[in-house]
Amino acid sequence: MGSYQPIIGLEIHVELKTSSKMFCQCFADYFGKEPNTQVCPVCLGMPGALPVPNKKAIEWTILIGKALNCKINRFSKFDRKHYFYPDLPKGYQISQYDEPIAQNGKFEIRDSKFEIKKTIRIRRIHLEEDTGKLIHSKNGTLIDFNRAGVPLIEIVTEPDFDNSDDVKRFLEELQVLIRYLGISDADMEKGTMRMEPNISVREIRSTKHEIRNKSDKKIQNTKLYSQNNDMPNYKVEVKNINSFRFVKQAIDYEIKRQIEILKSGKLPSQETRGFDEKKGITYPQRTKEEASDYRYFPEPDIPPLVFAQDYINSIKLPELPSQKLNRYVSDFGIRFEDAFILTRDRKMSEYFEAIISKIKNQIAKLHIKNQNYKQIVANFIINKKISTQLSIDEFINKLIDNLKPKEVDRKLLIEVIDKVLKNNQKAVEDYKKGKTNAIMFLVGQVMKEMRGKAEAKMVREEIEKIINQ
Amino acid sequence: MLLGKSLVSIFKLLNDKKISSKEVIDYFLKRIEKYNQKLNAYLTVNKSYKFKKDDKLRVPIAIKDNFCTKNIKTTASSKVLENFIPPYESTVTKRLLDASFFILGKTNLDAWAHGSSTETSDFGPTKNPWDLSRSPGGSSGGSAAVVSSYLAPAAIGSETAGSIRQPSAWSGIIGLKPTYGRVSRYGLIAMASSLDCPGPLTLTTEDAAFILKIIAGKDKFDATTVEFEVPDYFSKIKEKKKFIIGITEEYLEGVDDEIKEAFYQLIKILEKMGHQIKKIKLLSPKYAISVYTVIQRAEVSSNLARYDGLRYGNDRTFFGSEAKRRIMLGAYVLSYGYYDAYYKKAQKVRTLIIEDFKKVFKEVDLILAPTTPIPALKLGEFEKYPFFGEIMDILAEPAAISGICAISFPFGLTKKNNLPIGLQLMGRWFEEENILNLTYQIEKETDFLGVIKNGIKNYPD
Repeated sequence: MGSYQPIIGLEIHVELKTSSKMFCQCFADYFGKEPNTQVCPVCLGMPGALPVPNKKAIEWTILIGKALNCKINRFSKFDRKHYFYPDLPKGYQISQYDEPIAQNGKFEIRDSKFEIKKTIRIRRIHLEEDTGKLIHSKNGTLIDFNRAGVPLIEIVTEPDFDNSDDVKRFLEELQVLIRYLGISDADMEKGTMRMEPNISVREIRSTKHEIRNKSDKKIQNTKLYSQNNDMPNYKVEVKNINSFRFVKQAIDYEIKRQIEILKSGKLPSQETRGFDEKKGITYPQRTKEEASDYRYFPEPDIPPLVFAQDYINSIKLPELPSQKLNRYVSDFGIRFEDAFILTRDRKMSEYFEAIISKIKNQIAKLHIKNQNYKQIVANFIINKKISTQLSIDEFINKLIDNLKPKEVDRKLLIEVIDKVLKNNQKAVEDYKKGKTNAIMFLVGQVMKEMRGKAEAKMVREEIEKIINQ
Repeated sequence: MLLGKSLVSIFKLLNDKKISSKEVIDYFLKRIEKYNQKLNAYLTVNKSYKFKKDDKLRVPIAIKDNFCTKNIKTTASSKVLENFIPPYESTVTKRLLDASFFILGKTNLDAWAHGSSTETSDFGPTKNPWDLSRSPGGSSGGSAAVVSSYLAPAAIGSETAGSIRQPSAWSGIIGLKPTYGRVSRYGLIAMASSLDCPGPLTLTTEDAAFILKIIAGKDKFDATTVEFEVPDYFSKIKEKKKFIIGITEEYLEGVDDEIKEAFYQLIKILEKMGHQIKKIKLLSPKYAISVYTVIQRAEVSSNLARYDGLRYGNDRTFFGSEAKRRIMLGAYVLSYGYYDAYYKKAQKVRTLIIEDFKKVFKEVDLILAPTTPIPALKLGEFEKYPFFGEIMDILAEPAAISGICAISFPFGLTKKNNLPIGLQLMGRWFEEENILNLTYQIEKETDFLGVIKNGIKNYPD
């Protein structure tokens, strides 16, 4: 018996949230707009219309390329990718073929302690245009071109994953990163982030026949074979997945399905499968007998992109989530788990930092003695004790308010204590007999009556005073 | 009073209020009515103009039917776009309209500009005004015919490789192919995107300079246009300049004797005028043919992919056989495994041709050559020649492939058939003012041996 090793690679499409489309002046934000209202001759592919590339989209592709540690190519170009589909108005998509803007990067997946668990290589990142949308109805199929021409980046990883948990974690981290860069909402449900895992399974056999050794030489032991980096000669691409959870489900299902086929001595077929989220299974969509021929050639309407090194250098990365996390822990002294939460969302971290920088000079007002005020602010944000919707000043005022030692209405307190003691004679007696715990019950009762407008420590002292009189 | 008047002189008459725009436009509409049926040069005549008393000055011009004109039918002479009315204006026509032009009508072409005779038009061939049994050339055959028969004082054409110069030569007028990137292609129905150039077809050099000034320059809708400043061609052509003019044997191979004769006649005149003639060596134009065939077919197959039957009414069965042939060949040269052998190799040779011109243009300012190897052919004769267009355009292709500017002008008639002879000047990239300057000098010196005026005489009011 052999063992099985899943091999998974990802293709991730992310729509950029530039204000205009990739090759024309139309608004890129098509969400919820009436069909075919965000269109012009260019994105409709009218006769004679020409594409003019969006500089911002190119800049953002370089930015994500840098964030994923890619090499940014000084020379890049657009190519035409031909295929026929009704949502593709020109009969080709303007994409990038052999000279993408960014390539050869890497991205680290971390475990729950944020230790680097695995490095995933990024093969390439290229820029292209989105297609229109088909709307199927009883009376036929309608086409909405509002989405046609929206800038889209494609991130392709090497097949470096061997389990669905790593894939999920990678995608979550990638999503955080993309949102940090502010280049996309990367929303799976809205379709601004889409992904297609490519899954195959390698059978690791100890002896005898094996599936994909090209030569007839039989490989005699597992060790030797597992050093062999050959990929299985099929892969299954799964489409139409719109949540991270479903990606995991689809991959797990595929691995199981493919292993069963391999166990029966067959080879799973190379195909594209869809994902049925209700049943949690994949189903065949189309079989790829051969690689499609897209007849790529350089887009003659757009001159090649030649980036000056100064230009590439001028595109600066913001502090990335992992860097921020480290800083929060080491410089701010914030607990790792809290720092992790705060750095998941750039806006939240910026809000947090704005507060601590403003509050620095007002620490005395916080009455916190030797505690780390940064940790306290973090607690208030994370526990949602104070809304982060407030302005910075409002938040700080509320915080000061919250931390202020409570002013107690002494007269009321004494009245309440008297009342509580009277009604709970047994507890008073118990306490007097030495059951010190009984006092906690009395404190609780008083606190309840005071509706939080007292401090437990003070109440206890007062009760003790009265009983001991 | 108007017959044969150049565009610039009509502008003067209108400016001086010696004539009204309505009178001018009506004059041409009347001539179109009289002669168009015979020539089949206009596909659409624009009768939509409403004249008002305080109307702005309007000068008529004819536009090749592959430029999108807002609300005016634009077919590229293909039944696929039989009823296509563009919702937008091409940059060239927009600039003309903004400069007080009036679109008189849309002229016939080879369907999708695929051809050199206007015979592949799905709406019938255009006839050569000099001899109705002959082709006016193509693909801008309609534009050449309306200028040569004075059914418009000037016209706009487009050239991919010869499509302005060759019909200008065959029809006995001036045709200018600007440098690639000098004039915006936005709204020009694409044939081969890396080669297409809009340009004017005119009766005088002044008119060509005047129109180029209007249509040239950076366009934010065409990424391949350049930022270079547009010179004032109209005054530049009148500067007294002496040029070093290159001539080469490679461009005379297989050229008709009478055309060669005209070529040598002009050389003598140019020398007398004080220009220096210098023999040069250039790569044979035959290499340009191979490069052109591969690149053009590849781009055609891609550019026509959008006419998939979903959006413009008529489906792919409406493509003519020439378009189908080009799509098949183009798809083949781009297909996996063949791309390197054809398309990539063609681009490499293209670079060599560009380098060849760069080298030569260090020695000479301009290159003089015949525009076509033979004068106008009879209609129907093109069927005898496979790759007819490539052969007719052989002398025009190197300039197209390398993107340099070139101009064709008439220089005499053949004795045998009384047909116009065309010669051309090629110039450095973005130096249109020089080819126009020398053409203007030739015009002043020789009046092109009377060809343009004689052509119009056959079409009295």
